[in-house]
Amino acid sequence: MSAAGQTAITGIGQTAYTKESGRTVMSLCAEASAQAIADAGLEPGDIDGLVSFTMDTNSDHDLQTALGLPMVRYTAKAPFGGEGAYATFQLAAAAIESGQANNVLIFRAFNERSESRFGQPSYNAGSMRGFHKSLGLVTPGQVYALWHKPFLDARGMTNEDLGLLVVQMRAWAANNPAAWFYGRPITLEDHQRSRWIVEPVLRLYDFCQETDGGVAFVVSRLDKARASGRPVVRVLGVQQCWPLGETMMYNYYKQDLVFPEDTVRVAEALWEQTGLSPAEIDVSTIYDNFSSSIPISYEGYGLCGRGEVGDAIRAGELGPGGSTPVNTNGGLIGEAYLHGLNNAAECVRQMRGTSPNQIAEAKIALCAGRQCGMVLARE
Amino acid sequence: MQAKRDQDFFWEGIDRGELLAQKCDACATLRHPPAARCAACGSDEWSAVPLSGEGRILAFIDSVHPSRRDENSRCVCLVDLPEGLRMVSSLIDPENAVNGAAVRFEIADYDGQMLPLIRTVEAGQ
Repeated sequence: MSAAGQTAITGIGQTAYTKESGRTVMSLCAEASAQAIADAGLEPGDIDGLVSFTMDTNSDHDLQTALGLPMVRYTAKAPFGGEGAYATFQLAAAAIESGQANNVLIFRAFNERSESRFGQPSYNAGSMRGFHKSLGLVTPGQVYALWHKPFLDARGMTNEDLGLLVVQMRAWAANNPAAWFYGRPITLEDHQRSRWIVEPVLRLYDFCQETDGGVAFVVSRLDKARASGRPVVRVLGVQQCWPLGETMMYNYYKQDLVFPEDTVRVAEALWEQTGLSPAEIDVSTIYDNFSSSIPISYEGYGLCGRGEVGDAIRAGELGPGGSTPVNTNGGLIGEAYLHGLNNAAECVRQMRGTSPNQIAEAKIALCAGRQCGMVLARE
Repeated sequence: MQAKRDQDFFWEGIDRGELLAQKCDACATLRHPPAARCAACGSDEWSAVPLSGEGRILAFIDSVHPSRRDENSRCVCLVDLPEGLRMVSSLIDPENAVNGAAVRFEIADYDGQMLPLIRTVEAGQ
Protein backbone atom coordinates (compact mmCIF):
# COMPACT_ATOMS: atom_id res chain seq x y z
CA MET A 1 0.00 0.00 0.00
CA SER A 2 1.65 3.21 -1.10
CA ALA A 3 1.34 6.22 1.19
CA ALA A 4 0.29 8.91 -1.27
CA GLY A 5 -1.34 12.14 -0.25
CA GLN A 6 1.74 14.34 -0.18
CA THR A 7 1.71 15.36 -3.84
CA ALA A 8 -0.31 17.78 -5.94
CA ILE A 9 -0.97 18.10 -9.64
CA THR A 10 0.30 21.62 -10.26
CA GLY A 11 0.29 21.78 -14.04
CA ILE A 12 -1.68 20.41 -16.99
CA GLY A 13 -1.03 20.90 -20.68
CA GLN A 14 -2.63 19.62 -23.87
CA THR A 15 -2.25 20.19 -27.58
CA ALA A 16 -5.19 20.56 -29.93
CA TYR A 17 -6.84 17.18 -30.39
CA THR A 18 -6.98 16.49 -34.14
CA LYS A 19 -7.21 13.68 -36.67
CA GLU A 20 -4.09 14.71 -38.56
CA SER A 21 -1.59 16.81 -36.65
CA GLY A 22 0.92 17.09 -39.50
CA ARG A 23 3.64 17.21 -36.83
CA THR A 24 6.05 14.82 -35.22
CA VAL A 25 4.92 13.03 -32.10
CA MET A 26 7.79 14.60 -30.15
CA SER A 27 6.69 18.10 -31.10
CA LEU A 28 3.23 17.30 -29.70
CA CYS A 29 4.79 15.81 -26.58
CA ALA A 30 7.03 18.82 -26.05
CA GLU A 31 4.20 21.32 -26.60
CA ALA A 32 1.94 19.67 -24.03
CA SER A 33 4.86 19.31 -21.62
CA ALA A 34 5.99 22.93 -21.93
CA GLN A 35 2.39 24.04 -21.35
CA ALA A 36 2.14 21.90 -18.21
CA ILE A 37 5.40 23.29 -16.84
CA ALA A 38 4.29 26.89 -17.48
CA ASP A 39 0.85 26.12 -16.04
CA ALA A 40 2.57 24.97 -12.84
CA GLY A 41 4.46 28.28 -12.67
CA LEU A 42 7.73 26.40 -13.04
CA GLU A 43 10.78 26.52 -15.30
CA PRO A 44 12.36 23.59 -17.16
CA GLY A 45 15.08 23.59 -14.52
CA ASP A 46 12.51 22.68 -11.88
CA ILE A 47 11.56 19.39 -13.56
CA ASP A 48 13.70 16.52 -12.30
CA GLY A 49 11.52 13.48 -13.06
CA LEU A 50 9.97 12.00 -16.21
CA VAL A 51 7.19 9.40 -16.12
CA SER A 52 5.02 7.80 -18.77
CA PHE A 53 3.83 4.26 -19.58
CA THR A 54 5.37 1.55 -21.71
CA MET A 55 3.10 2.05 -24.74
CA ASP A 56 4.27 5.64 -25.14
CA THR A 57 7.04 5.85 -27.75
CA ASN A 58 8.58 9.22 -26.83
CA SER A 59 12.11 8.84 -25.55
CA ASP A 60 12.87 10.45 -22.20
CA HIS A 61 16.13 11.72 -23.60
CA ASP A 62 14.54 13.33 -26.66
CA LEU A 63 11.95 15.02 -24.47
CA GLN A 64 14.64 16.26 -22.10
CA THR A 65 16.48 17.71 -25.08
CA ALA A 66 13.35 19.29 -26.57
CA LEU A 67 12.44 20.94 -23.27
CA GLY A 68 16.00 21.83 -22.20
CA LEU A 69 15.73 20.07 -18.84
CA PRO A 70 19.14 20.62 -17.25
CA MET A 71 19.09 17.53 -15.00
CA VAL A 72 16.74 14.54 -14.79
CA ARG A 73 17.16 12.37 -11.70
CA TYR A 74 14.17 10.02 -11.91
CA THR A 75 12.46 8.14 -14.76
CA ALA A 76 9.83 5.41 -14.69
CA LYS A 77 7.26 3.71 -16.89
CA ALA A 78 3.98 2.17 -15.79
CA PRO A 79 2.88 -1.01 -17.63
CA PHE A 80 0.93 -0.62 -20.91
CA GLY A 81 -1.28 2.50 -20.70
CA GLY A 82 -5.00 2.93 -21.17
CA GLU A 83 -6.84 1.25 -18.30
CA GLY A 84 -3.52 1.44 -16.43
CA ALA A 85 -2.63 5.02 -17.40
CA TYR A 86 -3.21 6.56 -13.98
CA ALA A 87 -0.49 4.40 -12.45
CA THR A 88 1.85 7.13 -13.73
CA PHE A 89 0.65 9.36 -10.89
CA GLN A 90 1.55 6.63 -8.38
CA LEU A 91 5.07 6.42 -9.84
CA ALA A 92 5.37 10.21 -9.62
CA ALA A 93 4.12 10.21 -6.03
CA ALA A 94 6.51 7.41 -5.10
CA ALA A 95 9.43 9.45 -6.41
CA ILE A 96 8.36 12.67 -4.71
CA GLU A 97 7.35 11.17 -1.36
CA SER A 98 10.64 9.28 -1.14
CA GLY A 99 12.64 12.40 -1.89
CA GLN A 100 13.93 11.26 -5.28
CA ALA A 101 12.29 14.06 -7.24
CA ASN A 102 10.58 17.38 -6.61
CA ASN A 103 8.60 17.96 -9.79
CA VAL A 104 7.73 15.03 -12.07
CA LEU A 105 6.53 15.53 -15.64
CA ILE A 106 4.00 12.92 -16.86
CA PHE A 107 3.50 12.80 -20.63
CA ARG A 108 1.70 10.94 -23.41
CA ALA A 109 1.62 11.93 -27.09
CA PHE A 110 0.96 10.11 -30.34
CA ASN A 111 -0.33 10.44 -33.87
CA GLU A 112 -2.81 7.69 -33.17
CA ARG A 113 -5.06 8.58 -36.09
CA SER A 114 -2.68 9.73 -38.82
CA GLU A 115 0.26 7.39 -38.16
CA SER A 116 -0.29 4.25 -36.09
CA ARG A 117 -3.94 3.42 -35.53
CA PHE A 118 -4.71 1.01 -32.70
CA GLY A 119 -7.94 0.01 -34.44
CA GLN A 120 -6.25 -1.38 -37.52
CA PRO A 121 -6.01 -5.16 -37.78
CA SER A 122 -2.92 -6.56 -36.13
CA TYR A 123 -3.29 -9.88 -37.93
CA ASN A 124 -3.59 -11.03 -41.49
CA ALA A 125 -3.64 -14.35 -43.29
CA GLY A 126 -0.26 -16.03 -43.01
CA SER A 127 0.61 -14.55 -39.60
CA MET A 128 1.88 -17.02 -37.01
CA ARG A 129 -1.00 -18.89 -35.36
CA GLY A 130 -2.10 -17.78 -31.91
CA PHE A 131 -4.99 -18.16 -29.50
CA HIS A 132 -6.83 -14.93 -30.31
CA LYS A 133 -5.95 -13.19 -33.56
CA SER A 134 -6.05 -16.39 -35.62
CA LEU A 135 -9.53 -17.10 -34.34
CA GLY A 136 -10.94 -13.73 -35.38
CA LEU A 137 -10.01 -11.19 -32.69
CA VAL A 138 -7.98 -8.77 -34.80
CA THR A 139 -8.95 -5.34 -33.39
CA PRO A 140 -9.29 -3.93 -29.87
CA GLY A 141 -13.04 -3.49 -30.37
CA GLN A 142 -13.47 -7.20 -30.97
CA VAL A 143 -11.11 -8.13 -28.15
CA TYR A 144 -12.93 -5.97 -25.59
CA ALA A 145 -16.46 -6.71 -26.83
CA LEU A 146 -16.00 -10.44 -26.25
CA TRP A 147 -14.67 -9.85 -22.75
CA HIS A 148 -17.42 -7.33 -21.84
CA LYS A 149 -20.28 -9.41 -23.24
CA PRO A 150 -20.69 -11.75 -20.22
CA PHE A 151 -20.97 -8.71 -17.91
CA LEU A 152 -23.54 -7.03 -20.13
CA ASP A 153 -25.49 -10.30 -20.39
CA ALA A 154 -25.43 -10.76 -16.61
CA ARG A 155 -26.79 -7.22 -16.15
CA GLY A 156 -29.40 -7.62 -18.86
CA MET A 157 -27.88 -4.73 -20.81
CA THR A 158 -28.13 -4.36 -24.58
CA ASN A 159 -26.49 -2.08 -27.12
CA GLU A 160 -29.45 0.26 -26.66
CA ASP A 161 -28.43 0.71 -23.02
CA LEU A 162 -24.90 1.53 -24.19
CA GLY A 163 -26.55 3.99 -26.59
CA LEU A 164 -28.24 5.75 -23.67
CA LEU A 165 -24.82 5.98 -22.05
CA VAL A 166 -23.16 7.38 -25.18
CA VAL A 167 -25.90 10.01 -25.48
CA GLN A 168 -24.88 11.23 -22.00
CA MET A 169 -21.15 11.27 -22.89
CA ARG A 170 -21.88 13.16 -26.10
CA ALA A 171 -24.00 15.72 -24.21
CA TRP A 172 -20.92 16.58 -22.12
CA ALA A 173 -18.69 16.67 -25.21
CA ALA A 174 -21.12 18.94 -27.03
CA ASN A 175 -20.32 21.67 -24.49
CA ASN A 176 -16.53 21.17 -24.44
CA PRO A 177 -14.71 23.27 -27.07
CA ALA A 178 -11.68 20.94 -26.94
CA ALA A 179 -13.81 17.90 -27.77
CA TRP A 180 -13.93 16.28 -31.21
CA PHE A 181 -17.72 16.17 -30.86
CA TYR A 182 -18.06 19.77 -29.63
CA GLY A 183 -21.46 21.08 -30.65
CA ARG A 184 -22.57 17.65 -31.88
CA PRO A 185 -24.85 15.94 -29.35
CA ILE A 186 -26.72 12.83 -30.47
CA THR A 187 -29.98 11.09 -29.70
CA LEU A 188 -30.49 7.41 -29.01
CA GLU A 189 -31.90 7.11 -32.51
CA ASP A 190 -28.66 8.53 -33.96
CA HIS A 191 -26.70 6.01 -31.94
CA GLN A 192 -28.87 3.10 -33.00
CA ARG A 193 -28.53 4.15 -36.66
CA SER A 194 -24.72 4.13 -36.50
CA ARG A 195 -23.35 0.98 -38.09
CA TRP A 196 -22.40 -2.17 -36.26
CA ILE A 197 -18.68 -2.61 -35.81
CA VAL A 198 -18.81 -5.59 -33.42
CA GLU A 199 -22.34 -6.97 -33.40
CA PRO A 200 -24.14 -7.32 -30.99
CA VAL A 201 -22.03 -5.25 -28.59
CA LEU A 202 -20.54 -2.14 -30.23
CA ARG A 203 -21.69 0.28 -32.91
CA LEU A 204 -19.57 3.05 -34.44
CA TYR A 205 -20.60 5.59 -31.78
CA ASP A 206 -19.55 3.23 -29.00
CA PHE A 207 -15.90 3.67 -29.97
CA CYS A 208 -13.45 6.26 -28.67
CA GLN A 209 -11.97 8.91 -30.94
CA GLU A 210 -8.70 8.03 -32.62
CA THR A 211 -6.66 11.16 -31.97
CA ASP A 212 -3.40 12.93 -32.77
CA GLY A 213 -2.24 14.95 -29.81
CA GLY A 214 -0.39 15.21 -26.53
CA VAL A 215 -1.21 15.72 -22.88
CA ALA A 216 1.07 16.33 -19.91
CA PHE A 217 1.02 16.95 -16.17
CA VAL A 218 3.36 18.24 -13.50
CA VAL A 219 3.20 16.50 -10.13
CA SER A 220 4.88 18.37 -7.27
CA ARG A 221 5.47 18.23 -3.54
CA LEU A 222 2.27 19.19 -1.73
CA ASP A 223 4.02 21.60 0.66
CA LYS A 224 5.70 23.46 -2.22
CA ALA A 225 2.43 23.56 -4.16
CA ARG A 226 0.65 25.08 -1.16
CA ALA A 227 3.37 27.67 -0.70
CA SER A 228 3.22 28.70 -4.37
CA GLY A 229 -0.08 30.54 -4.05
CA ARG A 230 -1.31 28.76 -7.20
CA PRO A 231 -4.30 26.37 -7.40
CA VAL A 232 -3.61 23.16 -5.49
CA VAL A 233 -5.13 19.88 -6.65
CA ARG A 234 -4.05 17.28 -4.13
CA VAL A 235 -3.51 13.66 -5.06
CA LEU A 236 -5.30 12.12 -2.10
CA GLY A 237 -4.79 8.58 -3.27
CA VAL A 238 -3.62 6.56 -6.24
CA GLN A 239 -3.52 2.78 -6.55
CA GLN A 240 -2.83 -0.08 -8.95
CA CYS A 241 -4.14 -3.66 -8.64
CA TRP A 242 -3.23 -6.53 -10.94
CA PRO A 243 -4.83 -9.70 -9.53
CA LEU A 244 -3.49 -13.03 -10.78
CA GLY A 245 -5.65 -14.21 -13.67
CA GLU A 246 -6.72 -10.76 -14.91
CA THR A 247 -5.01 -9.49 -18.04
CA MET A 248 -5.02 -6.17 -19.90
CA MET A 249 -6.48 -7.12 -23.27
CA TYR A 250 -7.47 -10.79 -23.60
CA ASN A 251 -9.10 -10.99 -20.20
CA TYR A 252 -10.94 -14.24 -20.86
CA TYR A 253 -9.42 -16.87 -18.64
CA LYS A 254 -10.52 -16.18 -15.07
CA GLN A 255 -13.50 -18.20 -13.87
CA ASP A 256 -15.88 -15.31 -13.20
CA LEU A 257 -15.91 -12.79 -16.05
CA VAL A 258 -18.72 -10.77 -14.46
CA PHE A 259 -16.89 -9.77 -11.27
CA PRO A 260 -14.25 -7.09 -12.08
CA GLU A 261 -11.79 -8.08 -9.41
CA ASP A 262 -9.04 -5.67 -10.46
CA THR A 263 -11.36 -2.65 -10.43
CA VAL A 264 -13.00 -3.65 -7.16
CA ARG A 265 -9.61 -4.07 -5.47
CA VAL A 266 -8.35 -0.70 -6.77
CA ALA A 267 -11.48 0.94 -5.36
CA GLU A 268 -11.11 -0.78 -1.96
CA ALA A 269 -7.48 0.32 -1.76
CA LEU A 270 -8.41 3.89 -2.67
CA TRP A 271 -11.12 4.12 -0.03
CA GLU A 272 -8.73 2.70 2.55
CA GLN A 273 -6.00 5.13 1.53
CA THR A 274 -8.21 8.23 1.43
CA GLY A 275 -10.77 7.42 4.11
CA LEU A 276 -13.47 8.29 1.59
CA SER A 277 -16.38 6.31 0.20
CA PRO A 278 -18.01 6.32 -3.25
CA ALA A 279 -20.81 8.56 -1.92
CA GLU A 280 -18.27 11.35 -1.35
CA ILE A 281 -17.16 11.45 -5.00
CA ASP A 282 -18.50 14.61 -6.65
CA VAL A 283 -17.35 13.90 -10.20
CA SER A 284 -15.59 11.05 -12.00
CA THR A 285 -13.87 10.11 -15.17
CA ILE A 286 -14.00 6.46 -16.24
CA TYR A 287 -11.69 5.02 -18.90
CA ASP A 288 -13.91 4.60 -21.94
CA ASN A 289 -12.01 3.17 -24.89
CA PHE A 290 -15.44 1.64 -25.59
CA SER A 291 -18.81 2.49 -24.11
CA SER A 292 -19.01 -1.05 -22.71
CA SER A 293 -15.97 -0.34 -20.50
CA ILE A 294 -17.87 2.22 -18.42
CA PRO A 295 -20.56 0.04 -16.78
CA ILE A 296 -18.01 -2.43 -15.41
CA SER A 297 -15.88 0.26 -13.78
CA TYR A 298 -18.87 2.34 -12.63
CA GLU A 299 -20.15 -0.64 -10.71
CA GLY A 300 -16.66 -1.83 -9.71
CA TYR A 301 -15.85 1.52 -8.07
CA GLY A 302 -19.16 1.40 -6.21
CA LEU A 303 -20.77 4.42 -7.89
CA CYS A 304 -23.91 2.28 -7.77
CA GLY A 305 -24.82 -0.98 -6.07
CA ARG A 306 -23.91 -4.35 -7.57
CA GLY A 307 -26.23 -5.02 -10.51
CA GLU A 308 -27.62 -1.48 -10.65
CA VAL A 309 -25.55 0.06 -13.43
CA GLY A 310 -28.20 -0.50 -16.11
CA ASP A 311 -30.78 1.38 -14.06
CA ALA A 312 -28.32 4.22 -13.39
CA ILE A 313 -27.64 4.59 -17.11
CA ARG A 314 -31.33 4.47 -18.02
CA ALA A 315 -32.01 7.17 -15.38
CA GLY A 316 -29.34 9.45 -16.91
CA GLU A 317 -27.25 9.49 -13.74
CA LEU A 318 -23.92 9.77 -15.61
CA GLY A 319 -24.84 12.72 -17.83
CA PRO A 320 -25.63 16.40 -17.29
CA GLY A 321 -27.92 16.78 -14.29
CA GLY A 322 -27.23 13.22 -13.12
CA SER A 323 -26.29 12.31 -9.56
CA THR A 324 -22.92 10.79 -10.54
CA PRO A 325 -21.49 12.90 -13.37
CA VAL A 326 -19.00 10.85 -15.42
CA ASN A 327 -16.59 12.05 -18.12
CA THR A 328 -17.63 15.70 -18.09
CA ASN A 329 -15.11 16.33 -20.90
CA GLY A 330 -17.03 13.87 -23.06
CA GLY A 331 -14.51 11.16 -22.23
CA LEU A 332 -12.45 9.26 -24.74
CA ILE A 333 -15.64 8.72 -26.74
CA GLY A 334 -16.58 12.38 -26.99
CA GLU A 335 -13.44 14.47 -26.39
CA ALA A 336 -10.37 12.57 -27.59
CA TYR A 337 -8.41 9.39 -27.06
CA LEU A 338 -5.19 10.38 -25.35
CA HIS A 339 -4.88 6.86 -24.01
CA GLY A 340 -6.79 7.78 -20.87
CA LEU A 341 -4.78 10.76 -19.70
CA ASN A 342 -7.09 13.45 -21.09
CA ASN A 343 -9.66 12.12 -18.61
CA ALA A 344 -7.17 12.80 -15.80
CA ALA A 345 -6.78 16.37 -17.09
CA GLU A 346 -10.55 16.80 -16.84
CA CYS A 347 -10.46 15.70 -13.19
CA VAL A 348 -7.84 18.38 -12.54
CA ARG A 349 -9.99 21.03 -14.25
CA GLN A 350 -12.99 19.97 -12.17
CA MET A 351 -10.92 20.40 -9.00
CA ARG A 352 -9.75 23.84 -10.20
CA GLY A 353 -13.25 24.91 -11.13
CA THR A 354 -12.31 25.38 -14.79
CA SER A 355 -14.15 22.56 -16.61
CA PRO A 356 -16.45 23.63 -19.45
CA ASN A 357 -18.98 21.41 -17.68
CA GLN A 358 -18.06 22.47 -14.17
CA ILE A 359 -19.87 20.55 -11.41
CA ALA A 360 -20.85 23.13 -8.78
CA GLU A 361 -19.07 22.73 -5.43
CA ALA A 362 -17.09 19.72 -6.66
CA LYS A 363 -14.35 18.99 -4.11
CA ILE A 364 -13.47 15.33 -4.72
CA ALA A 365 -12.81 13.74 -8.10
CA LEU A 366 -12.28 10.09 -9.01
CA CYS A 367 -10.12 9.28 -12.03
CA ALA A 368 -10.94 5.64 -12.71
CA GLY A 369 -9.31 2.98 -14.83
CA ARG A 370 -9.64 -0.75 -14.58
CA GLN A 371 -6.28 -1.57 -13.02
CA CYS A 372 -5.59 1.80 -11.43
CA GLY A 373 -7.40 4.80 -10.07
CA MET A 374 -6.75 8.13 -8.44
CA VAL A 375 -8.67 10.41 -6.10
CA LEU A 376 -8.07 14.17 -6.32
CA ALA A 377 -9.15 16.88 -3.90
CA ARG A 378 -9.64 20.59 -4.33
CA GLU A 379 -7.87 22.73 -1.75
CA MET B 1 18.40 -23.98 -32.89
CA GLN B 2 15.75 -21.56 -31.71
CA ALA B 3 14.10 -22.41 -28.39
CA LYS B 4 10.49 -23.56 -28.62
CA ARG B 5 7.78 -21.21 -27.51
CA ASP B 6 5.57 -22.34 -24.65
CA GLN B 7 2.66 -22.71 -27.05
CA ASP B 8 4.38 -24.65 -29.85
CA PHE B 9 3.18 -28.05 -28.53
CA PHE B 10 -0.41 -26.86 -28.95
CA TRP B 11 -0.03 -26.09 -32.66
CA GLU B 12 2.01 -29.26 -33.28
CA GLY B 13 -0.96 -31.10 -31.74
CA ILE B 14 -3.41 -29.24 -33.96
CA ASP B 15 -1.35 -30.23 -37.01
CA ARG B 16 -1.70 -33.89 -35.89
CA GLY B 17 -5.45 -33.42 -35.33
CA GLU B 18 -5.21 -33.30 -31.51
CA LEU B 19 -6.56 -30.69 -29.08
CA LEU B 20 -4.08 -30.48 -26.21
CA ALA B 21 -3.47 -28.59 -22.99
CA GLN B 22 -0.60 -28.44 -20.52
CA LYS B 23 -0.92 -30.54 -17.38
CA CYS B 24 1.46 -29.90 -14.48
CA ASP B 25 3.56 -33.01 -13.74
CA ALA B 26 3.77 -32.09 -10.06
CA CYS B 27 0.21 -31.08 -9.10
CA ALA B 28 -1.84 -32.14 -12.17
CA THR B 29 -3.33 -28.66 -12.67
CA LEU B 30 -4.40 -28.06 -16.27
CA ARG B 31 -3.64 -24.69 -17.84
CA HIS B 32 -4.51 -22.70 -20.95
CA PRO B 33 -3.20 -20.51 -22.53
CA PRO B 34 0.18 -22.20 -22.20
CA ALA B 35 2.63 -20.86 -19.64
CA ALA B 36 6.24 -21.60 -18.75
CA ARG B 37 5.47 -22.52 -15.15
CA CYS B 38 2.56 -23.78 -13.06
CA ALA B 39 0.99 -20.86 -11.19
CA ALA B 40 -0.53 -23.30 -8.67
CA CYS B 41 2.64 -25.06 -7.48
CA GLY B 42 5.59 -23.51 -9.26
CA SER B 43 6.69 -26.58 -11.17
CA ASP B 44 8.11 -26.09 -14.65
CA GLU B 45 7.60 -29.77 -15.55
CA TRP B 46 4.52 -30.46 -17.62
CA SER B 47 3.02 -32.82 -20.17
CA ALA B 48 0.65 -32.23 -23.05
CA VAL B 49 -2.63 -34.08 -22.51
CA PRO B 50 -5.57 -34.48 -24.90
CA LEU B 51 -8.82 -32.66 -24.11
CA SER B 52 -12.29 -34.13 -24.61
CA GLY B 53 -13.04 -31.68 -27.41
CA GLU B 54 -16.36 -30.77 -25.83
CA GLY B 55 -17.46 -27.34 -24.66
CA ARG B 56 -20.20 -24.78 -24.17
CA ILE B 57 -20.50 -21.27 -25.57
CA LEU B 58 -20.20 -18.65 -22.81
CA ALA B 59 -20.40 -15.60 -25.09
CA PHE B 60 -19.97 -14.72 -28.75
CA ILE B 61 -19.50 -11.77 -31.09
CA ASP B 62 -19.59 -11.21 -34.82
CA SER B 63 -16.10 -10.33 -36.05
CA VAL B 64 -15.61 -8.50 -39.33
CA HIS B 65 -12.04 -8.00 -40.49
CA PRO B 66 -11.82 -4.18 -40.75
CA SER B 67 -9.81 -4.06 -43.95
CA ARG B 68 -11.41 -7.11 -45.60
CA ARG B 69 -15.04 -6.22 -44.95
CA ASP B 70 -16.30 -8.01 -48.04
CA GLU B 71 -15.20 -11.34 -46.61
CA ASN B 72 -17.40 -13.48 -44.41
CA SER B 73 -17.54 -12.46 -40.79
CA ARG B 74 -16.53 -14.91 -38.09
CA CYS B 75 -18.47 -15.78 -34.97
CA VAL B 76 -15.85 -15.63 -32.23
CA CYS B 77 -16.79 -17.49 -29.03
CA LEU B 78 -15.60 -17.96 -25.49
CA VAL B 79 -15.86 -21.69 -24.88
CA ASP B 80 -15.99 -23.28 -21.43
CA LEU B 81 -14.49 -26.77 -21.48
CA PRO B 82 -15.59 -29.57 -19.12
CA GLU B 83 -11.94 -29.80 -18.01
CA GLY B 84 -12.36 -26.37 -16.36
CA LEU B 85 -10.43 -24.46 -19.01
CA ARG B 86 -11.66 -21.70 -21.32
CA MET B 87 -10.67 -21.19 -24.96
CA VAL B 88 -11.38 -18.68 -27.69
CA SER B 89 -12.61 -20.27 -30.89
CA SER B 90 -14.74 -19.46 -33.89
CA LEU B 91 -17.97 -21.18 -34.76
CA ILE B 92 -18.30 -22.99 -38.08
CA ASP B 93 -22.13 -22.75 -37.96
CA PRO B 94 -22.75 -19.19 -36.66
CA GLU B 95 -26.48 -19.44 -37.37
CA ASN B 96 -26.67 -21.71 -34.31
CA ALA B 97 -24.82 -19.35 -31.96
CA VAL B 98 -26.54 -19.04 -28.60
CA ASN B 99 -25.15 -18.70 -25.10
CA GLY B 100 -24.95 -22.10 -23.44
CA ALA B 101 -24.94 -24.09 -26.68
CA ALA B 102 -23.01 -27.37 -26.58
CA VAL B 103 -20.16 -27.43 -29.09
CA ARG B 104 -17.49 -29.83 -30.26
CA PHE B 105 -14.02 -28.81 -31.43
CA GLU B 106 -13.25 -29.52 -35.03
CA ILE B 107 -9.72 -28.97 -36.29
CA ALA B 108 -10.14 -27.48 -39.72
CA ASP B 109 -8.51 -25.23 -42.30
CA TYR B 110 -9.23 -21.50 -42.19
CA ASP B 111 -7.35 -19.14 -44.50
CA GLY B 112 -4.72 -21.84 -45.17
CA GLN B 113 -4.11 -22.62 -41.50
CA MET B 114 -5.28 -25.53 -39.36
CA LEU B 115 -7.16 -24.09 -36.38
CA PRO B 116 -9.24 -25.39 -33.44
CA LEU B 117 -12.72 -24.35 -34.60
CA ILE B 118 -16.04 -25.36 -33.05
CA ARG B 119 -19.41 -26.58 -34.31
CA THR B 120 -22.62 -26.78 -32.30
CA VAL B 121 -23.89 -30.19 -31.23
CA GLU B 122 -27.59 -30.84 -31.64
CA ALA B 123 -29.44 -31.72 -28.48
CA GLY B 124 -29.42 -35.47 -27.85
CA GLN B 125 -26.59 -36.07 -30.31
